[in-house]
Amino acid sequence: MATYTLTTPLTAEDTKQLVAGDTVLLNGTIFTARDAAHSRLVALIEAGEELPFDLEGSIIYFVGPTPPKPGDPIGSAGPTTSYRMDSFSPTMLKNGSKGMIGKGKRNQAVKDACVEYDGIYFGATGGAGALLGKQIRSAEVIAYPELGPEAVRKITVEDFPVTVVNDTKGNDIYQIGRAKYEVKA
Amino acid sequence: MREIEFDVVVKAVKNMIMHCGTDLPQDTYMALEEAMEAEKSPVSKEVIRQILENADIAKDEKRPLCQDTGLAVFFVNVGEEVRINGGLLRDAINKGTEEGYTEGYLRASTCEPFSRANLKDTLGYNLPAIIHFDIVLGDKIDIEYAAKGGGSENVSRARVFPPAAGKDGIVEYVKEVISDAGGNPCPPITVGVGIGGTFEKACISSKHALFRDLETTNEDPEMAELEARMLHEINNLGIGAMGMGGTKTALAVHIESNPCHIASLPVSVNVQCHSSRHTHITI
Ligand code: SF4
Repeated sequence: MATYTLTTPLTAEDTKQLVAGDTVLLNGTIFTARDAAHSRLVALIEAGEELPFDLEGSIIYFVGPTPPKPGDPIGSAGPTTSYRMDSFSPTMLKNGSKGMIGKGKRNQAVKDACVEYDGIYFGATGGAGALLGKQIRSAEVIAYPELGPEAVRKITVEDFPVTVVNDTKGNDIYQIGRAKYEVKA
Repeated sequence: MREIEFDVVVKAVKNMIMHCGTDLPQDTYMALEEAMEAEKSPVSKEVIRQILENADIAKDEKRPLCQDTGLAVFFVNVGEEVRINGGLLRDAINKGTEEGYTEGYLRASTCEPFSRANLKDTLGYNLPAIIHFDIVLGDKIDIEYAAKGGGSENVSRARVFPPAAGKDGIVEYVKEVISDAGGNPCPPITVGVGIGGTFEKACISSKHALFRDLETTNEDPEMAELEARMLHEINNLGIGAMGMGGTKTALAVHIESNPCHIASLPVSVNVQCHSSRHTHITI
């Protein structure tokens, strides 16, 4: 299992080399969005309207951080459970987004969209909010401030550690890893 | 009758919450260290290493361990010879919860079920707390607290079996619940199993079982054996830390068993994530 260091925006060349189980240290700009923000973004796409940020090569982080302490850009910021975004993610990938960061399994439609549009689903360690929050250098709310923790933020990360869960070939580390260590009665 | 000032309870609850938000309990930290040693999968081993590093950072820099700082859940044993001076005990616990979550920079996660509107500006910051009271002998108040995140609560389940299901039926059910959950509840998890009682008694028992110290063994040898069997079966599922595949899916299984109706065998499975923020105080 390899380790890569990548900078956003990601290209198809970046994503196609990654294999489920690889570790990636992400750098650059990432956008945060959870359920409520996703439904608004997808509605804009479907209406053909402009989005609050450029989707091309973007990575979307499923997170709702704690409030920052004075002087910090953001509070604790670990991933939330991803399946709630399953109905939105294929549209995001189809329109240029190249990656998502969350935790937990995705449905077949998302995995298929990763194959079709060279996207990657990354897993970050759930519950490691203090460690992950520390790798975020700046954060700025760029849309939907009324959603509080669920607002869309533009964040800058440095060596943000993630694992490739679903790659562009249709592999899934949750299935591969589990099959390897399962002890059948 | 012993009198305890309202504000004493508020302050005690606030301190508990702020401490728990940033300091992983010792029993959980040690169990995770052991799990990292024993884990056979390199990917899962690395995940547990990150979890421990996260706990160190959170403690040193007083940052919340996880961004989901949970709903505040309490089990409160009130001595018969105590009264609160200046207000209701429930109000004192809620006030302490609000102050702890606000001053600790913890997240307000309570919302209205359908509109999903956050209740922080209406009912109060992360209110209401979930409080289970009991009356006991003596002149003290014993308060157990845990922060209960959504990821692990969402995979929890309960079912009333026919009595014939027996131990084998319950073991199969626990395996099924944990298998379906996969990496979603942030393994390595602790599994609380409530057996017997009525439907709601089983659920509350499964929650309370999660408050038990990981270093303890069940006082009932029969239940201790059943816990060991369930733990073994769960770890054979191969889910691993964060579902990446591995040998350490659960740190422990805790059972609370109650007498039940001759016609039924209620079972509840409540899951707690690796960020098992729990503590207790006696006033
Ligand atoms: S399940 Fe626990 S560790 Fe995971 S995100 Fe929720 S509260 Fe945090």
